[in-house]
Amino acid sequence: MTTTTLPRPATEPVTPARHRPRTTRPIPFGRLVRVELRKMFDTRSGFWLMASVAVTAVLASGAVLMFGSEADVTYANLSAAIGVPMAIILPVIAILSVTSEWSQRSGLTTFTLVPHRGRVLLAKAVNTVHVGVAAMVVALTIGAGTNLLGAAAYGIDPVWETSLTDLSHIVLANVLGMAFGFMLGLVIRSSPAAIVGYFVYSFVIGNLLVLLATSQEWFADINRWVNFQYNQTYFFDQQIVAKDWAYLGVSSLLWLVLPLVIGAWAAMRAEVK
Amino acid sequence: MITVESLTKHYGGFTAVDDVSFTAATGRVTGFLGPNGAGKSTTMRVMVGLTRPTHGSVTIGGERYGDLGNPGLEVGVLLDASAQHAGRTGREILTVAARTMGLPVSRVPETLARVGLTESEAGRRVRHYSLGMRQRLGIATALIGDPHVLILDEPANGLDPAGIRWMRDLLRGFADDGGTVLLSSHLLHEIEVVADDLVVIGQGRIVAQGTKADLLASTGTLVRTPSVADLARALHEHHIVTHPTDGGLRAETEPGVVGQLALHAGVPLTELRAAEGAGLEEMFLQLTADTARETDAHEGAAA
Repeated sequence: MTTTTLPRPATEPVTPARHRPRTTRPIPFGRLVRVELRKMFDTRSGFWLMASVAVTAVLASGAVLMFGSEADVTYANLSAAIGVPMAIILPVIAILSVTSEWSQRSGLTTFTLVPHRGRVLLAKAVNTVHVGVAAMVVALTIGAGTNLLGAAAYGIDPVWETSLTDLSHIVLANVLGMAFGFMLGLVIRSSPAAIVGYFVYSFVIGNLLVLLATSQEWFADINRWVNFQYNQTYFFDQQIVAKDWAYLGVSSLLWLVLPLVIGAWAAMRAEVK
Repeated sequence: MITVESLTKHYGGFTAVDDVSFTAATGRVTGFLGPNGAGKSTTMRVMVGLTRPTHGSVTIGGERYGDLGNPGLEVGVLLDASAQHAGRTGREILTVAARTMGLPVSRVPETLARVGLTESEAGRRVRHYSLGMRQRLGIATALIGDPHVLILDEPANGLDPAGIRWMRDLLRGFADDGGTVLLSSHLLHEIEVVADDLVVIGQGRIVAQGTKADLLASTGTLVRTPSVADLARALHEHHIVTHPTDGGLRAETEPGVVGQLALHAGVPLTELRAAEGAGLEEMFLQLTADTARETDAHEGAAA
């Protein structure tokens, strides 16, 4: 019997046991959230930004104790003092969580491991809210501790006229600031430009609109409907009534929701060079 | 297996990739060769879903990359070793990748050892890494999910000769174990030593593709037959020097002579043609020279 053994065609070798194609299950969203949270802490700059939440809360409330008088030691004063550094640090944290994927180009790996950018961006958004709320709880707890310390030092009863509702408004105002930073990160996708953009927004644009409202009567009527920055910061230290929520909601459409949609659309397509 | 079909990518008026089609076969190392700016990186970016093609498609094992459930476990990708957050340590970058894929973190030290990064190197921030260390870290990220396909853009850049040797052995072993490897380079020699198949691209278009043996065979005749040993014996009896190629031989004589001897020996042939391989290096030099000339011209205009 003669058998002819044909050499195996070169392009179709038998696949050995290792490196066989396999089907994999989609990455669960909860895992993406945990990974993205880790990425907010795991660089030196990320770590110190997070740490500075606690550090500046201690410094700001310490300053009230050291340089203020007995009458200044109230929880309202302390939380207002702590709010100043928070309003700067928290939006920067939100900005960097988005822009670093482009500025540091780590998105090349992130978006290759998860080829659905919308899920990654949503995980980052969820973490922005998480971090914002957690940071404010830490900061306001430090403020409460300082209030007790100050009251004990002056030998007075601690003053707690700030209600839980007031506190939740302060947290909300900060989270909205972070959301604005997050939006800028999506739209601009460059760390320095987005941070500068945030400061221009929070220190220049809002005030310019207020100035416009004081000089132009027609604008005074609509200022609160279009001035998101004013409405957002209003929540820090004012009594909030139903109309304030309406102002906030309407002005956020123009300043937050619409640019957020445009920014997300752009970030889904933007090449990571 | 990677299949690229009629891939075209325009950037405004510029055509980066122009109707490119090829396959990277399972169990083989496919070299993607071309001068800088020829369209290799753009093609690879489209493969992994980072860039949207203007026309055409890429599938990996029959599926679009974006449809893979957990791509890191199926396809190992290294596009640019420097594209990492400079403030993270090497170990942290690998840990983030492992966590994203849902792998146990015990894989991290294993994989670091596999690519030859020491514990102390892994603890340093990537800002302080040499290009060679970044490449090793990038390869670790590609390998950690134990994928069956590797897509590597210029992985030998920045590696020292020992590193290049290591990379070559790694890719060879990966393909021999049944994996698919696609690696790009702008250096013919670098690809020549490891690739089984070559795809040559210039100015966005494919200019040559085939097995390395076919493309590099310098002179003589390429002949394919199911009975390689019989044909080789017949040729050797007439003092004709032969070199084995994939599924056949390259003989240092004219095609007519090989055909005549095969007829006498009763060996069936499946293919018989003149080897035109000497052209590859010339063609590649030509491609590179064209690009270089354009660059010179641009620089001249700028100056």
